[in-house]
Amino acid sequence: MMRGDRKLVWMIALLASTGAISLPVFVVGQKAATPAVATKAHTASAAKQNEELPKMPLFRFDNFTTANGLPDNHVYSVLVDGDRIWAGTENGLAVYENHAWKTYTTKDGLAHRAVLSLALDKRTGDVWAGTMGGLSRISAGRIDTYTQMNSGLSNDVVYGVSVEGENVWVATAAGACRLDLRTGQWTLYNERNTPMIEIWVYGVSATPTKVYFGVWGSGVLEYTQATGRWDKYEDPDGETEMVLFKDQGLIHEIVSSVSYVDNILWASTYFGDSRYDGRYWHNFLTKDSGLPSNFTNSVKGVDANRAWFCTDKGLAYYDGANWAVYRPALAGGKPEMTVRDAKGHVTRVAVSTAPAHNYILGIDFQGDDIWVATAKGLSHGFRQH
Amino acid sequence: MIVLLSHYGWRRVFAAALAGSGALLLGIVLPMVIRPAQAERRSTNEDFVNYASPLELLFSPDGSRLYVLCQQSQQVRVLDASSFALIKNIAVGGVPRGIALSSKGDRLYVTNSWDDTVSAIDTGALDVVATWHVGAEPSGIVADPNAAHLFVANRVSDDVAVLNAQTGEEEKRLAGGRGTSYLTLAPDGGKIYATHIYPNPSSRRTGLENRTAPESEISVIDAKRATVMDRIPLHSIAGVFHLAFSRDGRLGVVVEYHPKNLVPLAHLEHGGAFAYTITLFGTMVGKPVEVPLDELDRYASQPFGVAISYDSSRMYITLGGSDAVLAIDVRRLLNFVNARPRPASGSYAADLSASSNYVIARIPVGHNPRGLALSADGRRLLVANRLDDTISVIDTNTLRVSATVELNRQEPVNVLRRGEQTFYSAHYSFQGQIGCSSCHIDSTFDGLTWDLEPDGFGVDIVDNRLLEDLRGTEPFKWNGGNPNIPTECGPRTEKYFWRSENYDDLTLSDLTVYVRTMRLRPNRWRLPNGELTAAQERGKAIFERSVDRFGKPITVENQCSYCHSGPKGTSQKSFDVGTRKATDESGLFDTPQLANVAMTAPYLHDGSARTMEEIWTIFNPADKHGRTNDLTKDELNDLVEYLRTR
Repeated sequence: MMRGDRKLVWMIALLASTGAISLPVFVVGQKAATPAVATKAHTASAAKQNEELPKMPLFRFDNFTTANGLPDNHVYSVLVDGDRIWAGTENGLAVYENHAWKTYTTKDGLAHRAVLSLALDKRTGDVWAGTMGGLSRISAGRIDTYTQMNSGLSNDVVYGVSVEGENVWVATAAGACRLDLRTGQWTLYNERNTPMIEIWVYGVSATPTKVYFGVWGSGVLEYTQATGRWDKYEDPDGETEMVLFKDQGLIHEIVSSVSYVDNILWASTYFGDSRYDGRYWHNFLTKDSGLPSNFTNSVKGVDANRAWFCTDKGLAYYDGANWAVYRPALAGGKPEMTVRDAKGHVTRVAVSTAPAHNYILGIDFQGDDIWVATAKGLSHGFRQH
Repeated sequence: MIVLLSHYGWRRVFAAALAGSGALLLGIVLPMVIRPAQAERRSTNEDFVNYASPLELLFSPDGSRLYVLCQQSQQVRVLDASSFALIKNIAVGGVPRGIALSSKGDRLYVTNSWDDTVSAIDTGALDVVATWHVGAEPSGIVADPNAAHLFVANRVSDDVAVLNAQTGEEEKRLAGGRGTSYLTLAPDGGKIYATHIYPNPSSRRTGLENRTAPESEISVIDAKRATVMDRIPLHSIAGVFHLAFSRDGRLGVVVEYHPKNLVPLAHLEHGGAFAYTITLFGTMVGKPVEVPLDELDRYASQPFGVAISYDSSRMYITLGGSDAVLAIDVRRLLNFVNARPRPASGSYAADLSASSNYVIARIPVGHNPRGLALSADGRRLLVANRLDDTISVIDTNTLRVSATVELNRQEPVNVLRRGEQTFYSAHYSFQGQIGCSSCHIDSTFDGLTWDLEPDGFGVDIVDNRLLEDLRGTEPFKWNGGNPNIPTECGPRTEKYFWRSENYDDLTLSDLTVYVRTMRLRPNRWRLPNGELTAAQERGKAIFERSVDRFGKPITVENQCSYCHSGPKGTSQKSFDVGTRKATDESGLFDTPQLANVAMTAPYLHDGSARTMEEIWTIFNPADKHGRTNDLTKDELNDLVEYLRTR
């Protein structure tokens, strides 16, 4: 599949999921991701549910849309910054503070109206925004913008950004790069100096020891800071449409995001997800996990065992053994939560709220609460228990 | 030595050469070039005088001592605050610029701007007890009241370094404005206010970035969290210096330059070059408001230091270009800004009659007054006259200088010192409006583009350039029209800039020597051992290449190293590099030197390139400014990395 084709497919999938168009479910080359709840649903009494149900987090969701202050309902990214919430939308960068939204646009100096990714420099409080037209730093209201024309940024389409110490790591449509904030030097990483075959870098997760890149079509790249060594992880079977060797490597080479937490790598792809502890891989597919879909836009690890998966069919939480899925029902849109225990038993949990849409693009944590970026608004999940 | 070098000896020779140079072209050029060069050798070597150049003053917490930061002698002079007797000279690092006390007064911190270090001085022993590395060109410094952090403004790296106050270890850097330079701790200790001397770059590309009013800011730092919490915009301001608060913290004031670089400088006599202003902020004024210091027929050129009396009745401001201190009645000032509807812009800068409402005295002091300090009882205001090596003691009751303390009593005034005094003086311009240093702040540049010539609005816009290490970079001006510095600084300046008074020959020769001997500040992008990084080496190869990536020869005149040749990076010739605008008289432009090019944005003759990258990504479509369109992004980055080492 050519890169342009892939992009087109991704966009079609987005439109389909938002209801803008109707498509058969095979559009992205995967089998229809039938929710596990439909195949393994158990009918159980309320008493039995309470007795056997794994204790998974329950949320009450408040949803923000253009009706209550968001500049756009397509929310690509979300970032929690203390009491402030940043939402990267298709039409500006919105910040929620003191119960009110403020939006930064290109008139304020934002690189582009479509904000794809966000990262917080916890030391300085500065927010970095990756957009469709460059990289912007928002520092106490001032916006400094870096583009491929005015700086060493490799490409203006910035899919991912991650801050580590004095370095800002950037995933772009033409390779990855690093901005050294001390020296102002840009270093580019692409097919000329890394094992990257495709240069469409979708995600980056940086720590002082390792930096991981999720590359669309080129697997996961690992950069070891101390040695400058590059390693590459690919789908060992090399098959796009099937999985021959499930836990023997990365689930698929079309990687949409990476999250490196507690020395564990979580990687999402459009064909399932992976966890890597430095020695062993463990993969997740709808057929043998609680994932609601193999098409995963992003993953965010909580720690070595827990992670959140943002899929096109709902938000999934994995606690190391059990799964929970939060979404409006695919048919009818009624709020829905399901729990899948370690044995594969799936139970519906009665809920009255759900994320704004089942097409989930991003998540961040505010204490026990979660903030969820969806294709039809931003959702605040208040932890109930 | 002094006999030969004495100011008047060689000046007479040079003056005679100048005076007799009117007839023949050669007669003009040769004496101008040769004589100053001879004088420079004498002045910089044999005639070296270790002036003190007091820049900042600070009383000890008990008021018994006065700490004087002496920039040229690179010392802190500790004086008895009553008798001004010398207690001790403490040697610090290169070109010190900022000074601050710890909250307990047991440590005195000094920034050494050319060494990129901070000296920590034990105020008991009066010795340097530690030297810590910080960012590029550390300037202002403050200690937070909890003794946890030191905050250091780095002028070249445009940030504020946060250091552990005990160990000096740098914890992080906060983004400041461009040329971050001065820091002030709010009276309650909760916030630190940072100012910067160059305007912030435009964040949006509109095609008219070089013709829009400059924007500056006050960066407000949360002292406890050590993060930037707010930025107070300063519209149309470029050049922001010291900041002060009333004791209760309800009134803040910052001194600044308000350049009028969008109109031709020919309008100087209409007030068209600068306003010198202050911006007031805080609960006493509500929204920030800008008010002028200038009078109807007399400018308050180059304000630098500011202090508010303890009872908040008076405000004092040093005027570096006017050799004076302004005294302002704060009550009348507040009445002026609060008792009438304000302009929508929040600025009274255009109202030259405004200052008569609140300026109550203009007190003449020495050359280039900078830092000031009020005694605890409020009766004495001390002013550091940087280019006189004196401290003026002003009686705040009479608003007159009651005494002058000489720091270097025995030293003669030599050529360089007179030249520097001329450079910083606004005496020669119409109504004392501008001096060289109005645009060449601290002998550098101002980050602005100017419409200098009287050829119409918007014609021949030119970027301001760095003055350091100019020998061997002639001719001057972007059109290469001035063959040497005497021409550049003499008739041209007198005719187009000052519009009032010319230099006499001796003064021009002094100025010429000073400008030609300005040292080049350290390059911050080179490795300490002088070697190049791998990226810089690759960039150097691109700079020097003669074949493009497709194996085709690059014509000699299209190789970077042809026009930017020699140690200074200039062939001293003019070329058409395809950057002519419809408003330019010619497409031929002088090849600028590359010395410290990384710090001199914007670029190109008219400042239309905000960054070095834009020179080639936007303004070189036909490869006339070197063969660059074959380069990959990686290679262009390498080229930029190399240029930053020049």
